[in-house]
Amino acid sequence: MTFAPLGDSAVVVTVGTTLDESTLARVRALAAALERETATGIVDVVPAYTTVAVFYDLNTAGVGEETPYQRICRVIEACAAREEHGWPDVVRQKLGAETGRADAREIEIPVCYRGEFGPDLGAVARHCGMSEEDVAALHSGARYVVHAVGFTPGFAYLGGLPEKLFTPRRPAPRTRVPAGSVGIGWMHTGVYPLATPGGWQLIGRTPLRLFQPEAQSPSLLRMGDHVKFRPITIEELVAWK
Amino acid sequence: MEIRIIRAGQLTTVQDLGRFGFRAAGVPPGGAMDPFALRVANSLVGNPENTAALEITLVGPEIEFTADVNVALGGAESDGLPAWKPVAVRAGTRIKFGECTRGCRGYIAVSGGIDVAPVMGSRSTYLPAGFGGWEGRVLRDGDVLPLGRFDPAGPRTLPPWDQPGACGWRIDPRILPNYAPAATVRVVRGAQADQFGPGLFGGEFTVSPHSDRMGLRLLGCALERTHDQELLSAATSPGTIQVPPDGLPLVLMADAQTIGGYPQAGHVIGVDLPIMAQLRPGQTVRFVEVALEEAQRLALVRDRTLAMLREGLAEKIPGHPLP
Repeated sequence: MTFAPLGDSAVVVTVGTTLDESTLARVRALAAALERETATGIVDVVPAYTTVAVFYDLNTAGVGEETPYQRICRVIEACAAREEHGWPDVVRQKLGAETGRADAREIEIPVCYRGEFGPDLGAVARHCGMSEEDVAALHSGARYVVHAVGFTPGFAYLGGLPEKLFTPRRPAPRTRVPAGSVGIGWMHTGVYPLATPGGWQLIGRTPLRLFQPEAQSPSLLRMGDHVKFRPITIEELVAWK
Repeated sequence: MEIRIIRAGQLTTVQDLGRFGFRAAGVPPGGAMDPFALRVANSLVGNPENTAALEITLVGPEIEFTADVNVALGGAESDGLPAWKPVAVRAGTRIKFGECTRGCRGYIAVSGGIDVAPVMGSRSTYLPAGFGGWEGRVLRDGDVLPLGRFDPAGPRTLPPWDQPGACGWRIDPRILPNYAPAATVRVVRGAQADQFGPGLFGGEFTVSPHSDRMGLRLLGCALERTHDQELLSAATSPGTIQVPPDGLPLVLMADAQTIGGYPQAGHVIGVDLPIMAQLRPGQTVRFVEVALEEAQRLALVRDRTLAMLREGLAEKIPGHPLP
């Protein structure tokens, strides 16, 4: 693990150098462990790709002469060590990488890949040299993982898009993408939770609300979650409650 | 109890100190662009520092007060109300804040606070997603905002504002940030600082009109980057200085996205964010580098100063419900 300050009230912990399942699991596990640490002045925890950013309160008292930055690095290291060594070896062997996945979930997102709900489906199909049905089948056949949440509230960057579907962004972004739009932006896919400008190729629409400010957990998707898209018909989309 | 917004002003929103703990959901802290000014304005009227107030931008509102309250203006200054002091306002009074004479963003604190429903633990308005504050939007002519309850002993302890003997003191200007139209702002190094050489500290930048609560765009000498590789998106903070491909720095502020892929040359230190918040388009800023230890020391000193201010106010104003 390496530490670097992010401004004067946060620190970024780099957990690994390659973006693979094992690193993502360790990032997720460290973030979850830090979120459980309540008495240490930690204000916010942001897992993203290979890092965890920790925002902290400078007024929380430390030990001896240490600066707030030194204090928070010590707290994070202790937390990570407990996470690493808290399980007896035999249990860790059995669970393997599952230990880090304890908090990750499988989320299914219904998507209608038809008509007005997938205005760029044709363009993607032509670019990838396949039919629109094949695009929908390939997209919904893959299993994705959330690399990070940002851009807007509830917007998840998903990794795992099949290479055959890589399509460049639109030459000019739309000024308004309807909320729930499912898109492809080169090697990433994702869902726009809110109506915002957007440059991705729109291939479908989900009736799910990916961001709800009044909910217990405002963002449906969290870093490390696994995501699958399930095709639905226009009738199912329209009738969705 | 309520206040009536007769004229809304240029960009007036309900803000407190922000919502914390939701960055992993893509929700930035938001809140007052100049947190120092909000904390002081609230302290002056006997509110907890985090009480919701009105953030005004360049042109302030005209407000009718329908109850006896204490009001204070912090941050930007205007002819409508003296800044940095509490003023007792009688029911029926209309105050026209008008154009700000100094600074860019002011905070109108009212005893009892603006009593809107909190969203995710805060009364701040998050305009990009339209939630929080007053209906998730900027104020409009005709809006009527509820006020929170306040200890009735408070407002009667000050003489009425338009009579002789009105509060003759103001807070010590030495505790204010170094607000200036040609500002010097302290910065700690960012993750990609080495890729830009001394460029960020070379000279003056001018604040672009294309600036808002998400960030201040700066015009001036473009920064040249020595590396080419694209970066994975990484966490950002208010104060983060990003350098997009055109080389012109973008200083992220309260409503900025929580993660971003542009290189980070540096970060404005917390105690100098208020200086950035008060810069108007056309005004200038130059950056100087400081060590992290110094930035953190300054933040702790400021918190102690504001705690002492609250104790002093409790002594100065009989019945003032502090600290």
